[in-house]
Amino acid sequence: MNKVLLIAEHDGRHLNPATAKTVSCAAALGDVEITIAVFGRDLAAVGAEAAALAGATRVQLFDDAGFAPPLAAVLAPAIAAQAPQYTHVFAPSTTFGKDLLPRVAALLDVPAVSDIMAVESPRRFRRPIYAGNAILTVEVADAPMVVGTVRTASFDAAPATGSAAVEAMGVSAPAVAHSRVVSQAEAQQGRPDLQTARRVVSGGRALGSAEKFQLVQQLADVLGAAVGASRAAVDAGFASSDLQVGQTGKIIAPELYIALGFSGASQHLTGIKDARTIVAINKDGEAPIFESADIGLVGDIFELVPQLQAALQSRASR
Amino acid sequence: MKRILVGIKRVVDYNVRIRVKPDNTGVVTDGVKLSINPFDEIALEEALRLKERGAADEVVVVSIGPADVQAQLRTALAMGADRALLVATDAPVEPLDAAKLLLKLVEREQPFLVLLGKQAIDDDNNQTGQMLAALWDRPQATFASKVEIAGDALRVTREVDAGLETVEVDLPAVVTTDLRLNEPRYVKLPEIIKAKKKPLETLDPAALGVAPRERVKALRYEAPAVRSRGVRVKDVAELVAQLESRGLI
Ligand SMILES: Cc1cc2nc3c(=O)[nH]c(=O)nc-3n(C[C@H](O)[C@H](O)[C@H](O)COP(=O)(O)OP(=O)(O)OC[C@H]3O[C@@H](n4cnc5c(N)ncnc54)[C@H](O)[C@@H]3O)c2cc1C
Ligand SMILES: Nc1ncnc2c1ncn2[C@@H]1O[C@H](COP(=O)(O)O)[C@@H](O)[C@H]1O
Repeated sequence: MNKVLLIAEHDGRHLNPATAKTVSCAAALGDVEITIAVFGRDLAAVGAEAAALAGATRVQLFDDAGFAPPLAAVLAPAIAAQAPQYTHVFAPSTTFGKDLLPRVAALLDVPAVSDIMAVESPRRFRRPIYAGNAILTVEVADAPMVVGTVRTASFDAAPATGSAAVEAMGVSAPAVAHSRVVSQAEAQQGRPDLQTARRVVSGGRALGSAEKFQLVQQLADVLGAAVGASRAAVDAGFASSDLQVGQTGKIIAPELYIALGFSGASQHLTGIKDARTIVAINKDGEAPIFESADIGLVGDIFELVPQLQAALQSRASR
Repeated sequence: MKRILVGIKRVVDYNVRIRVKPDNTGVVTDGVKLSINPFDEIALEEALRLKERGAADEVVVVSIGPADVQAQLRTALAMGADRALLVATDAPVEPLDAAKLLLKLVEREQPFLVLLGKQAIDDDNNQTGQMLAALWDRPQATFASKVEIAGDALRVTREVDAGLETVEVDLPAVVTTDLRLNEPRYVKLPEIIKAKKKPLETLDPAALGVAPRERVKALRYEAPAVRSRGVRVKDVAELVAQLESRGLI
């Protein structure tokens, strides 16, 4: 039997949707018992959300002020102490999971598998490498357990139809004085979250300035979409870093992705390969982005995007 | 001596179009351009800036890889590093063993700061820095987009999913770099000549007491699935019609 310790990600109020997707990856192991571990402070609400995830066997709450805000140096030894009872330790491949799980693995003297995109067997997984230009099948051969992060764009969220038992663990946080959180990132309010949005409108270098990047935001507003950006657009200061999509940014899987003024570098494309429909607008008909687009339109974004916005608005008021 | 250790991994250059070998045993690396991992260039640049600001006395670059990684280490020396260490091995080294080898060098060199890339763009693992910090039992600040020395601590701005987070970590510490930490300098020709005389020491992993082994087997490399051919529309009206017919709006 596979026994998975799954580390929940949350912001103190709500479970991050990446957790539900990680549950689906764990469930794909087959013959599995899934324990969701929630670390933090005042965990009742988050614990209840975790307990509702179909497939979860139990939820364990590790409630201690030392676990909030989460620091890998504090969480890793606490997780490593639990790990020997399990065959697998999983976390989402978000900045939270990527920061944390390698530290856990090293404490256990085991390797880690990053960005699991498919489960072939309990020890055999597929993962993207070289910015998604190759897919590698790996087998964890020489290790007592599997520690891995899950590429959440590859999995559907487990539905909230379960009712796992919730246990308070009474474990206190290890004393770690060498690391302190000075200020936490505040998730942007009022706009759909890039990682979970069904629609994303994204802007590339072609936008030209932060002011003109508003074109992207306006189209996104009409569609109720989240906003994304290329590295080039972020580097140039048109958009904030949390909007970067790609190999070294966010990996997303919306139903609709509208790419405005992107060349189509593989470092970007690997972030959207699970998008259901990709629309590209670029004035260069030869741009590589068109090879990956489901719907391509050649032309100037500064002409076409206002037209598209107007067409969508008049359609909405019909 | 206030020393910074910088990890330099050699990878297939990011501009190379990656092709999987027909027998699925790897990607084609023969005859392709190999370069310093872009995140490691950023790590080195940051170390050099800290030294230029007087916060460090020496920048030591270290690579684990085949003997000819010397070429990339020479480039790092030309960028401004003071000396280089090469842990020579032809076998692929997984992040856990890379971290174990780096720990040996940390024990030898006693740096107050280790700067690594957040990920190597070949295996895209994003593990080594976190593993080193665990084995060394020291703090980690991953995905750094700003690094400031604050006495015996380091204040690091991190690029996390929700935006920017600031942490303070006591030194010594491990920091891994994100793209926007800095823009690495170009190497000038006279520096390349000068770099030939800078010290480059080659070490044997066995002598360091670490025997890298294959814990995770690479079974099969495949090209990613290609998207089926899309359609071209001629104007916005056609685009809207397409979106409608697919139930997307
Ligand atoms: C280590 C590393 C990691 C990276 N990680 C990422 C990552 O995570 N995400 C990412 O996105 N990139 C990443 N990159 C960068 C990537 O290689 C590309 O440089 C980047 O994606 C290009 O962004 P772009 O398409 O916006 O810009 P460009 O490549 O400059 O393309 C702009 C496009 O806009 C078109 N255009 C210009 N004006 C107009 C107009 N008025 N109307 C319509 N079209 C117009 C042009 O024809 C062109 O095709 C990474 C690179 C490296 C080295
Ligand atoms: N073989 C190596 N030699 C030197 N540094 C390495 C090596 N492998 C990994 N690193 C460092 O660790 C970082 C992260 O690598 P990875 O965990 O493989 O994604 C790299 O950017 C390097 O700074």
